[in-house]
Amino acid sequence: MSSLPLIDLLHLFAHFLLLSLVAIGGALVIAPEMHRLMVTQTQMLTDAQFNASIAIAQAAPGPNVLFVAVLGYQAGGIAGAAATLVGIMLPSSLLAFAASRWSQTRQEWRAVRAFKAGMTPITIALLVATGWILAANTPGWAHLVLTIAAALIVWRTRIHLLILIAIGAAVGALGWV
Amino acid sequence: MAQELQPLARPTSLTELFTAFTALALQGFGGVLAVAQRVLCEQRRWLSREEFVEILAVGQVLPGPNVVNVSLMIGDRFFGWRGALAALAGMLLVPLVIVLAVTAVYIEYAQNAAVAGALKGMGAVAAGMIVGTALKLAPVLRANPMGRPACLVIAAIGFVSIALLHWPLLWVLPLLGIAACVFAWGRLGSEP
Repeated sequence: MSSLPLIDLLHLFAHFLLLSLVAIGGALVIAPEMHRLMVTQTQMLTDAQFNASIAIAQAAPGPNVLFVAVLGYQAGGIAGAAATLVGIMLPSSLLAFAASRWSQTRQEWRAVRAFKAGMTPITIALLVATGWILAANTPGWAHLVLTIAAALIVWRTRIHLLILIAIGAAVGALGWV
Repeated sequence: MAQELQPLARPTSLTELFTAFTALALQGFGGVLAVAQRVLCEQRRWLSREEFVEILAVGQVLPGPNVVNVSLMIGDRFFGWRGALAALAGMLLVPLVIVLAVTAVYIEYAQNAAVAGALKGMGAVAAGMIVGTALKLAPVLRANPMGRPACLVIAAIGFVSIALLHWPLLWVLPLLGIAACVFAWGRLGSEP
């Protein structure tokens, strides 16, 4: 971890402000673009640091978007983390807030109802697709069985999700997946 | 499904909103969406499944992290902009401190086989949890004005194009989304 000059911090912040507005589908979707900026172009981070950032955010509790803060932290300490995280969140959050207000006061509009009805099946399909892509990234039968078992248990039972994660960690630590 | 018939509750204070979202975020390993659905719809009962899917639909279409957009919109629904900030802070503050602390020690143990294996196992379970959440939300399609066959076709196209064909979401979401919304618009117009 190093400290970045102010000009580099501002550059990072400005770039993440722009990225925020194209991050449709979440922050992981634009990870390739962040890689291009921070690893290939400016060499603030190494490849290994970049990959570790995503792995850490996946393994730690909390939303996946925190990998963006880890990227900034590894490049420029706390100031770097603030630049990337605030940058990625500010424009999209303001937009979400405006959209929330707009749609709440127009719940009965045919266009709003049509939007919600039309987007519901796509929303559910995107969830399945996300799970599929995460599972398909790692080859191996044991891994797939674990994923399917977790899906069925979450669907059909009320077992605490932390217990499931703990079982996954234990099975993995024993080298079974 | 007797539980579905109970009336919904609501958070009583900003503090309750903040602590609920903090607790929820801290249970979310490998993503928070599965936990959010479980806690908000089933445990706290602040939202029905239908409301959760509607908010998620808006959160997914907009740019930005879905879970962050969803917390902000739920907070706003109960307490206006202060609620939005409380939910957002709850979702991010404590997890941020933890993830930065983990970063500081992680590199030391990244090469350890047991640690790498545990990460893989947690990843597999996290992927399954997301699919399980989708299966749980699927019954809301029954009440969809487009009808069940149309919903299944739209969902299938969405899944195949993103998961199997790896088409960019930036194209699939607007094109499929507009087609589905126009179809829904037509169906809503022909309702009695």
